[in-house]
Amino acid sequence: MRELYADMVTARHYEERLQEEYLEGKQPAFDISAGPIPGELHLAAGQEAAAVGVCHHLRADDTVTAPHRPHHVAIAKGVDLKRMTAEIFGRKTGLGKGKGGHMHLFDPDVNFACSGIIAEGCPPAAGAALAAKKRNEDTVAVAFLGEGAIDQGAFLESLNFASVHDLPVVFVVEDNDWAISMPKGRVTDVENGSDRAAGFDMPGFRVDHDDAVAVYEAAGEAIGRARDQNGPTLLEVQVHRRMGHFMGDPQTYRSDDDEEAALARDSIDRLESTLRDHGLGDDDLAAIRDDAEERVEEAIAWAKDQPQPDPEDAYDDMFVNPPSGVTTEEPDFDLAGGDGR
Amino acid sequence: MSDADDVIDRELTMSRAMVESIAHEMRENEEVFYMGEDVADYGGIFDSTQGLLEEFGRDRIMDVPISETAYLGAAVGAAQEGMRPIAELMFVDFFGVAMDQIYNQLAKNTYMSGGNVNVPLVLTAAVGGTYNDAAQHSQTLYGTFAHIPGLKIVVPSTAYDAKGLMHNAIRDDDPVMYLFHKRLMGIGWMPAPDGPKTPVPETDYTIPFGSADVKREGADVTIVTLGLHVHRALAAAESLAEDGIDAEVVDLRTLVPLDTETIVESVRKTGRLVVVDEDYRSFGVTGEIIASVADRDLDALDAVDRVAVPDVPIPYARPMENEVIPDATDIEASVREVTSGE
Repeated sequence: MRELYADMVTARHYEERLQEEYLEGKQPAFDISAGPIPGELHLAAGQEAAAVGVCHHLRADDTVTAPHRPHHVAIAKGVDLKRMTAEIFGRKTGLGKGKGGHMHLFDPDVNFACSGIIAEGCPPAAGAALAAKKRNEDTVAVAFLGEGAIDQGAFLESLNFASVHDLPVVFVVEDNDWAISMPKGRVTDVENGSDRAAGFDMPGFRVDHDDAVAVYEAAGEAIGRARDQNGPTLLEVQVHRRMGHFMGDPQTYRSDDDEEAALARDSIDRLESTLRDHGLGDDDLAAIRDDAEERVEEAIAWAKDQPQPDPEDAYDDMFVNPPSGVTTEEPDFDLAGGDGR
Repeated sequence: MSDADDVIDRELTMSRAMVESIAHEMRENEEVFYMGEDVADYGGIFDSTQGLLEEFGRDRIMDVPISETAYLGAAVGAAQEGMRPIAELMFVDFFGVAMDQIYNQLAKNTYMSGGNVNVPLVLTAAVGGTYNDAAQHSQTLYGTFAHIPGLKIVVPSTAYDAKGLMHNAIRDDDPVMYLFHKRLMGIGWMPAPDGPKTPVPETDYTIPFGSADVKREGADVTIVTLGLHVHRALAAAESLAEDGIDAEVVDLRTLVPLDTETIVESVRKTGRLVVVDEDYRSFGVTGEIIASVADRDLDALDAVDRVAVPDVPIPYARPMENEVIPDATDIEASVREVTSGE
């Protein structure tokens, strides 16, 4: 539980600090092109319980795909925090050498990948599970997605594909109530996304409050099922969006009550009180938080100190093999009919 | 000169040549598998996997649900784990339902990861018309995929090329789209023209990408083309030869990478360029080839023309389909036009 807490406070502090860094130069007037962090920024404060509750069952060789809001999942999966931060700052030593950015984080050392396109990380996660099954390995794959993604064909096709092939994959829906400005109730009549599992002959569970321990227990069952080669599971977790969809989102569509309710239901507070029940005191919790903050500050300082990419770096990494494929030599056969090939 | 014993005279259809290379790679490497709709029991609607199920079984020749996003995306995921999937899109025209996995995941993950992730996936698809299958089942869409950075694009025109290019595709660590023309496969119910059935060595061999092949040497005009239209260009060249017009036919074999060198070299020799393809005329392959020659050596171009599908969907009825898909007569007319100015 201490480890869950450590990752949750790391992820929370990380998002709060990135928000500060991101807004530098963007206030009072918001200009997306100003400041040290390029591009859009989707922060996950309030969603930590889902990521840590699931990822703490995973090994480095298990595969995770995350969507456009990936930082908390990456932290829970053990992605290199310094190189991830450098990528978010668009630096040369970032995970993708500054070519991917915060929605496209790839760390093959811990089998972590992202896609910025809604639900499109589901098929590759199913594919990683397919590879595990074909190789007869006990690795599993987890696809994270938001509740706004459950109406996408890529998600529904992947549930069917995973089910019919009994793949060791878990689909984790982080239900933060909002798809940018769209509340779930206005786009689907199915209250619980996990109910959709029934249509694919797959178990579906919903954890109705963002309690990291409850997520950990439910995820343990789902991932255990996958690892024992008993097929896929759909797991939905109620989380909360403490910030806008992206930084700079005015959230005019959201009532004050809704926002306050999200802020009031804090999964970190909840876990803290659980830890206190288990005998941890203020000092213990503060020590964990201090470590987390130090780790985050170190990563951000390191990232900001990294070089910008050179303009001509844009031309590298198109392919890993030379364009000619594996050979530049054409064989010389003597074919009947001369050069009739 | 090699002696007569070394001459390879075993002829294969293009589909048998493709299947032979796939089978070879599957025997050599357990990480290679083939996934698609109707590829197992049926053997591929266009014979792309005929006979493979018997040898390799259902785990390696996998029939899948009609869910192109799911299975092409699963192939991306398996490839990123280091397997070497071959995934088939039955008709290239079906790309629309799964385009995100092709152009946002398959094509971009290597680049976005700074080269830390690679996707050794071969995406095969049947292309082309000439058999009245109308607008949603007859396209080639060469230009659509070649336009997107990150995909290597292979278009074989003969059995010999099909085999060597397939070996290179499966062994390549990058994403390859392997677009085979239905009319060239040698399917019983869709007779192929003379030409794609060629002698094919039994051994495995690789043909590099980005090496266009001069299928016919000539001095007066360069015809650059690919796929089915290599054979239509060769037919046109034979007919033109009777009137003393000596056409060189360059088969691109791959669009990405593009062998600009061979094209420019040929145009420097002939001074005249006709580009022929079975894709739409505007914003596509023909314009790109002409622009790349102009970029490299504008002075070498004395005359230029292109022959492609005018900008309409492929119509159904025979007279109209025949009108819009270029044939040997259209190519001949174009060549006569560009060679008439002397």
